[in-house]
Amino acid sequence: MSGGGSARRWEAGRLALRLALFLSMTGIALLVLMVVAFALPVFSAGESGGPFSWVWAPAQGKFGILPMIAGSLILGTSALALGWPLAAALCCWLIAPPPSGRFSRLSRALVGELVRLMTAVPTVVYGFTAVFLLSPFIRSWLGGTGMSGLTAAVMLGVLILPTVVLVLQAGLGARLESVALSGAALGMDRMEVLWHVVLPRARDTLLASAILGFGRAVGDTMLPLMLAGNAPQLPASPLAALRTLTAHMALVTSNEAGSAAYDSLFMAGLILLTVNAVVSLCLRRLGGRS
Amino acid sequence: MRDAGFRCFQAAARLSAVLVPAFVFILLGYLLWRGLPVLGTKLLFAGVPPLDAVSGRVPVWDGLWPACAGTFRLVLLTVALALFPGVGCGLYLAGLATPRQKHVFGAAVDMLAGMPSIVMGLFGFMLILFLRRTFFPGANTGLLLAASCLALLVLPVLIVSTREAVESVPETLKLAAAALGMSRVQTLLRLCLPAAAPGISGGVVLAVGRAAEDTAVILFTGVVADAGLAAGLLDKFEALSFEIFYISAQYQDQEELLRGFGAAVFLLLVSCVLLLAARVLERAFHRRWQGKR
Repeated sequence: MSGGGSARRWEAGRLALRLALFLSMTGIALLVLMVVAFALPVFSAGESGGPFSWVWAPAQGKFGILPMIAGSLILGTSALALGWPLAAALCCWLIAPPPSGRFSRLSRALVGELVRLMTAVPTVVYGFTAVFLLSPFIRSWLGGTGMSGLTAAVMLGVLILPTVVLVLQAGLGARLESVALSGAALGMDRMEVLWHVVLPRARDTLLASAILGFGRAVGDTMLPLMLAGNAPQLPASPLAALRTLTAHMALVTSNEAGSAAYDSLFMAGLILLTVNAVVSLCLRRLGGRS
Repeated sequence: MRDAGFRCFQAAARLSAVLVPAFVFILLGYLLWRGLPVLGTKLLFAGVPPLDAVSGRVPVWDGLWPACAGTFRLVLLTVALALFPGVGCGLYLAGLATPRQKHVFGAAVDMLAGMPSIVMGLFGFMLILFLRRTFFPGANTGLLLAASCLALLVLPVLIVSTREAVESVPETLKLAAAALGMSRVQTLLRLCLPAAAPGISGGVVLAVGRAAEDTAVILFTGVVADAGLAAGLLDKFEALSFEIFYISAQYQDQEELLRGFGAAVFLLLVSCVLLLAARVLERAFHRRWQGKR
């Protein structure tokens, strides 16, 4: 009898796990469905002044979000251009210490800890600090208002840096370990092995880290919202204000009500969702190959 | 061997090792320099006796207490909502799923993991619009909605850490369980779950950190600057991260600005402590099953 009871109990356990899986997957499906369902009618509306035009002037009935798409792309690319090379160089420094020296080992351990700690810094804290430190600095040294694409790009670069470093460390570190001994037998130190042997064959890892960094930079809301100035325009220079899709979404919900403004919101959401889906698809491809 | 490219590369590596820590130290050092001196009970309660403030008898207007309490409730509710689906789904994917299921559901979880948090916020916003148009014309944003959206945000963290923890329980243990005639569900729930508990709790702590720091989600789902202590699940609420954002944009005087610095330092410290706690748990887990690392 007790055997039957316990079998039933384990059946309940199996059902509970199934239920958990079902709940999680329903959540994901609902999210995607909802965003798509709200954004699709916008495509069919298609009048002038709709989302796919260059002017955002709600008072005149113009709701174009193309400047915001451009803003997101510009900011994502420039954050990557600033943060990725730095992250790659830092990662190489971290995984390839010279053969001896207590100081170099200690300093690498400390910097490694710092990078890991950077993943925990809330974006809103980065934003707050930059508003009162970086932005006045840029205003007084380079001109402009200080609330600019450049300010946001620098901070986004800092934001994506630990992610990129950790991904590269996981990918390059293992490969370096596997060839470091052979390299040492040829008289190469770890840095040389890294530069001449590991890096030329690590295109996938480098690419994956860049894609991941780009995805995070495009998806972040608080830094562009707090630092980029939010003028819905194509920026003429790095010191001009720009508005990203994410910041645009936050601003529309807090300032504007009305269906046409909301249409642009739903469209922006769908674009972000699509960009992210493409990013994670690319990452899966790259991960599957290596 | 030592060509110009290599020398540039070496110099760049050294330069980055100086540049990055220097920049981070300047940023966070400035924040701590301005914010650390104001940390204290006055920052939290603004002169209201702490006991009265905590019990809600006396409202706190100029302190961070309502925001802290709001974030605390939000995080608690988020974890309560996400814990069962997250851990259960992770267990299922690690122990019961077929390879095909693993592939498909794993891809879905990966996609959710990389989703910008503002999309979750938008989802909550759409949910309210949808409810208003259909069943509940009076539906409005509030604590419960924000917690549900945050639960969706931290779900992948829980799923992935549970899955990884269960998968790194030694194969020999699972084989021994199978040899003793335990079914797969039994092995999973009786053996893997307790064995992987430290790893899973590390994931929970990480999830708490993500929920506490996120601002974009709650921006859409009912955070306001002056709600006081939220009375119920459907009420508007305050949160620490939003308070920081709000002060940076709208501060009126020096005192309020300093409160912003205090709040930022406080949130930073909480996040760092949570990260360290997660890492301690994870390390204990690995030491237990895989020897010293």
